[in-house]
Parts: sequence; C-alpha cells; structure tokens
Amino acid sequence: MWIYEKKLQYPVRVSTCNPKLAKYLIEQYGGADGELAAALRYLNQRYSIPDKVIGLLTDIGTEEFAHLEMIATMVYKLTKDATLEQLKEAGLDAHYVNHDRALFYNNAAGVPWTAAYIQAKGDPIADLYEDIAAEEKARATYQWIINMSDDPDLNDGLRFLREREIVHAQRFREAVEILKEERDRKKIF
Amino acid sequence: MFTTRKQYYPYISPFDPCPPIRVKTYVTAPNLYLGFQPPNLPQFSPHEALQKGTLWKVFYDPYYSPYEMANKGDYK
Repeated sequence: MWIYEKKLQYPVRVSTCNPKLAKYLIEQYGGADGELAAALRYLNQRYSIPDKVIGLLTDIGTEEFAHLEMIATMVYKLTKDATLEQLKEAGLDAHYVNHDRALFYNNAAGVPWTAAYIQAKGDPIADLYEDIAAEEKARATYQWIINMSDDPDLNDGLRFLREREIVHAQRFREAVEILKEERDRKKIF
Repeated sequence: MFTTRKQYYPYISPFDPCPPIRVKTYVTAPNLYLGFQPPNLPQFSPHEALQKGTLWKVFYDPYYSPYEMANKGDYK
C-alpha cells in the first residue's frame, strides 16, 4: 500500500516554451531506461529476492514513481500550450495525431513502452546487476538530455534526478555486497 | 588530481568525412569508488541535501552541459 503526498519530490520549473525538449524528456518517461521501467522493474523484483534487500527495492521503486511524476510535469508544461506549428517544428506532429497533447509511455523516437525493457531473472545477483546497469543508463540519459537542453530551470530539475540515479546505483552496489556477506567476516584459509 | 570526468583520444583518420571530435569524455560517478559506504561521512544540511539530491557530500557530482559550462564557466 502507498500513501500519496500531493506534491513533487523536487520543484519543476520550465523557463522556455520549447516543445522539442518534451520530445527528449519522453525518453525518461516511456523509454527502456526511463522512470516507468525502473519503478516497475524494482517493485516486481522485490518478491523473489532475499529479505535483506526487499526494503531497498521498495524504497527505490517508489521513488522512481516520484521521478516519473516530475518528468510528466515537465513534458506537460512544455506541450500543453504549444501551437500545432510548434509541435510540427518539434517533430511531435505524429504524436499529436495519435494522442493530441496527452502524455504517452513511449521513448524519444515514439516507440511504445514494453515490458520487454525490464527483466526479472529470479537470481538476486543477476537482478541487482541489472538494476545497477539501469541506474547508470538513466544517469547517462539525463546527461544527454542536459546536453541537448538550453533551459536552466529544467536542467536544475534534471540535475537533481541525475544525482538520485548516482545514489540509487550506490545503494544497489551495497545490496550486492550485503548478499555476498563476506564484508566483515574474518577470512581464514 | 582526481576527477569524475575522464577523457580519451580516439583515432582520427585523414579520410574522415566530418571535422573530428578529438577528445571524447565520459563520467565515472563517485559511486564507483566507495564500495560499501563507511559510517560518519560528512553530510549536507537537510535543506541543502533536499536541493542537491543527496545527503552525502561524497556522492554529490552535478553534471553541466558544455553549453552551460561555456556560459557560466566556474562549475566544479
């Protein structure tokens, strides 16, 4: 069960009307390494993983939904008042024909989200290594979006999200160490 | 000096069609170096931590685009 707080994890500010940025940001909404994939991956894996790291997957999976909400807010702000001419220029004309200005779970190239993006191998180490890789890929994606963006307020929010990817990757790495269980043991051979 | 920004110099052919990018960069974030987080590391104040996205100074490694770097200069 979840308790919902009706506020964003970090304030989302967008300073320029630039729907092109929405096209890039949608990668983190419905892309392979996006926040939706992350949330669903972790919250699903936690059933078949040792007790010690279930809480971590619950916490991080929940936070990913908070990130998803931030990305959704950014995309919405960038597109809600865009003219058809602007949408065309931004390459969002095909999106408009299909969805109007509604958000949709697809990547920057318009490919719809699929469960094939996420894995649940049932092997704790394999799953956690996938999670570490997912965080590093999301961190890289944020860097590429920041590189494409000239909106300082938007970048501020993106930097926050990227920093969280770093912390999540660290915690997943620690989870692997916990499962290895050799950390404080005196090794006598 | 330690940096989380690494560089390499890819091979440039005399027959490349585009002007070469001589230096390529990539990021090696601080989580790669710490292993299991030791106790009692320095923290940001709660207010700062909420703004920066981490409580722990050791993990704070903000990324700025080349565009931002050129216009503001003195980031990190």
